[in-house]
This record gives sequence, structure tokens and C-alpha cells, in this order.
Amino acid sequence: MLIFTCPYCGIEADETELTPGGEAHLKRFGPGSSDEEFEGYLFNRENPKGVHFERWRHVYGCGKWFHAARCTLTLEVFGTYSAQTFEPPEEIKERIRAKRPGWKWRNFS
Amino acid sequence: MKRYSVFAVAREALRYHQGWGRAWRSPEPKKKYEAIIIGAGGHGLATAYYLGKNHGLKNVAILEKGWLGGGNTGRNTTIIRSNYLQDASAAIYEKARSLYETMSQDLNYNVMFSPRGVMMLAQTQHEIRGYKRTAHANALQGVSTEFITPDRVKSLVPIINIDGPRYPVLGALWQPRGGTARHDAVAWGYARACSEMGMDVIQQCEVTGIRRQNGQVQGVETSKGSIDCEKLGIVVAGHTGVLADMAGFRMPIESVALQALVSEPIKPCMDVVVMANTVHGYMSQSDKGEMVIGGGADGFNNYTQRGSFHHVEETVRALIETFPIISRLKMLRWWGGIVDMTGDRSPILSTTPVKNIFINCGWGTGGFKAIPGSGWAMAELMAKGHSSLTEEFGLNRFKEGKFIDESVAAGVAH
Repeated sequence: MLIFTCPYCGIEADETELTPGGEAHLKRFGPGSSDEEFEGYLFNRENPKGVHFERWRHVYGCGKWFHAARCTLTLEVFGTYSAQTFEPPEEIKERIRAKRPGWKWRNFS
Repeated sequence: MKRYSVFAVAREALRYHQGWGRAWRSPEPKKKYEAIIIGAGGHGLATAYYLGKNHGLKNVAILEKGWLGGGNTGRNTTIIRSNYLQDASAAIYEKARSLYETMSQDLNYNVMFSPRGVMMLAQTQHEIRGYKRTAHANALQGVSTEFITPDRVKSLVPIINIDGPRYPVLGALWQPRGGTARHDAVAWGYARACSEMGMDVIQQCEVTGIRRQNGQVQGVETSKGSIDCEKLGIVVAGHTGVLADMAGFRMPIESVALQALVSEPIKPCMDVVVMANTVHGYMSQSDKGEMVIGGGADGFNNYTQRGSFHHVEETVRALIETFPIISRLKMLRWWGGIVDMTGDRSPILSTTPVKNIFINCGWGTGGFKAIPGSGWAMAELMAKGHSSLTEEFGLNRFKEGKFIDESVAAGVAH
């Protein structure tokens, strides 16, 4: 079972206390964007085998959305961070570099 | 290769079963093939089989990272049905179901297809309306289903509790010609038939790269060396994203874990497949007597082939209300597979941005039932460049917004 530390209330929460919210850091495209951009935003996903960044909601706790860095191959959790950001904090990226040298996810590495 | 028959059994019985031989060859890869299929699961092997049988394309290799049928083909609950709402889905699933009926004879391999009937319980007013609509749609599509009363449900499944308390059984969508089959035998039967046609089934051969030139496929890099090909079919379910990345395009696919379990074996008590979609569980009894139970998929990306315990707990808890008899059974085995989910919960059988690469994926939680139909359609697509069965399952449907929205329509545990 996945266990995340909610970055807002600081509680260690089990997966049953949380709701998964899909891929993180999506750039939203709306009216005026090209068909490809809109399709990419709505449907195409990284779906990596390895390091992944996701949105989760602490639904049975503080109710807030947060971000999590996780490995989809081992279920290892690298850390959680605030939802009010466009990219993972340097500290989490550093932690992933130490454990998964050469990792890459979209334009993060 | 020897043909299996009652005479073969008698002959071997007289010589201590020493003469059976291997069912398929395990050759080293050649330098070049007309077509390569990546993925020797049910769908990949069926694709190769129908390429040879229907289209005469026999210079084919099927590459498998692990072993034959060791992915989702060996990790499902073996249910076969075709009671879908949308025309495109009903067409391909009904094609598959009808091919299952003659598969044992066709492959000369007993796949133990058991058309025992599939029942989808209606436990809310909404489900009654939904399933009646599906039954009407199926009548128009030529798929034989009917909506049956709770009394009929009880007579078909005596162990069911139709009175609730929380979710009484209000009726069911009944497909008498649905059923189950032996999942491994489907992969083994196709592999044997492919090998007999001269195709190379190459196990423990992982594809590590896809070579392209001028937007066209040249070949693949594998753990057993470089192999050239004219056409490439990617049929890898959960690892579709990984292979698409090698070929340089993106897919509208997310890989998640779907779990199932079996109980200890008990005496025969249920001879149909029952799906209870409101409470999210389905159950049948295997030939060995185990109750085979499946439920919903996990909600997050996962490549570990194991899922979260609480999903299994929810599934079993829900089924116990409808089947009180199973409450004291012990769990015998529990497993997970990585399923490839699309946005509209319908598969993708399509050409790709790279010329001569074809892709067959997105079967999500319902791939086993579709194996022969999927292989039939994919083979036609690869051989001719188009197929009436795959037309609506193209990759472009996401851009065009022409979804085949079974996630709402099928009313099934997704």
C-alpha cells in the first residue's frame, strides 16, 4: 500500500485516505490552441515505467491536492510537495538523481 | 508437429507417452522477417496466426520479452462475452466470441471453451434501464442477449441472494453463449499453430529499440541482436507506452494494475459467470472448483503487476452480500496484471505516425475475450492497410472526438 506524507497537514496518509488524480504538471490548452496541443493535453500521457510525477488529493484528511514523486516500477515514493508549483522542488529532484541516476521525465531531469 | 487426436492419445498410451515432442520450436531469430509482432500474448500470437492463415504472410517472428502468455493472457479471469452497447465494439467482440466457439478445432488444441453463459446483474434502477438498452442494441447487432427477471436469475444461480439487503437483484442481462476458456491454452494453441506455419516464436527476446528511416520502420534492436522487418506490429498491452516511446510517438494510454484472485477449490456450485457491476465484482467457478473473482482496477499508474489490497477487500466484501456462501472460503491465489487504459475504455487498433508500424493496444480490463477477433482484425489491418473491424478504433479518434465510449455504455467493472 502506498503511503504519502501530506505536505499540507504533515500526516502520513495511507492510499485509502487519498484519491489519485493522474499526471502532474500538465499544461492546459483551450480555445485557440492547435488540435494536436488540445489532444495531447486531454489524452496523451507520459505513462513512464519508472520515475513519475502525479497529483493526489488528501480526500479523507485536509482535502487538499498535492504533488507526489514516485516510481511506477517499484512503488517507491521519493517525496511529496505543494500543488502550487510548475515543477518539482530541487530537493526532490536531487533525491531522485541519487536513487535513479540519469532519470528523465518530460523536460525535468 | 504431430496432430493431436484420440488416436494420438491411444498411440502414446501404448508407449508410455514418450513420443509427444515439443508443441512449438524455439529458434534463434533470423536477420530479416516480412513482419515482426512484438508481444507473444494472446493478441500478438492471434495476430500472427491470422496473418499466416488469412493473408498468407508466413515469414513472421513473434518476439516476447518473458515467456508465452506470461502477461495479461495468464492473469485474467477468462470471461468471454460480447454484450457491448456500441456497434463497433459489438462487432469485434462478437467476431471474437464466435471464433472462440471453433477455436479448439481450428487450432487442433483444446482451449476448453465453455459457453456456460454470462450474466450481468442489474442491482439498481439505472442498471435495469442500461441493460435493457444494451439488450435492444444487441438485438440490432445480431448479438444474442436478453434481459431476464430475478426469478430466472435465481433459477440459473441458486447460490445467489436476490433479496439484498443493500443491493437486491432486480434482473440481469443474460448472454447464454458467453462463457470462459482456458487462458494459457489460447496462447499455447496459437503458438503451436504459428510455429507449424513456419513462424518463429522467440521468447526471452526483449525489444530495446525500434529503427526508423524517413518515417518508415526498418527493424528492431533486441536482446538477441538486430532484426530487420518490413512491417512491425506492437501488441504489448501494459508496455505500449514504453514501445511507443522507442518508436517516437505518444499514446493516449495509462498503465494500471488490475487484480484477481481465486478461492480454495470447492464442489461445483455455480455454472455461469456472474458480473455484479454496481458493487464492482465478478465471479465464476473454474473447472478445478476455485471461485475466480475479479474486481476494479487501481487508480494510479503502475508497472509492478501487483495492486492495492484494499481493492480486493472491497471486491470480496461486496460479493459476499450477493453470494453469502463464499464468506468462509479461503483465498488461494491472488495476482495482478498491468492493463492499458484509454480515455474512452475502448481499444486502439491502428496505423501509427511511423509508416508500417501498427499498434494493437488499449484493451484495458477486457482483453482476453477479444483475443481471436483482435488478432483477426489486426492481421487484416497489417496485411491490407485497412480493416472494416478496426476502422473506428483508430488513433485519430482522440483528436477527432469520435470516441467509442464504452466506459459509460458497457456498464462493466472498468
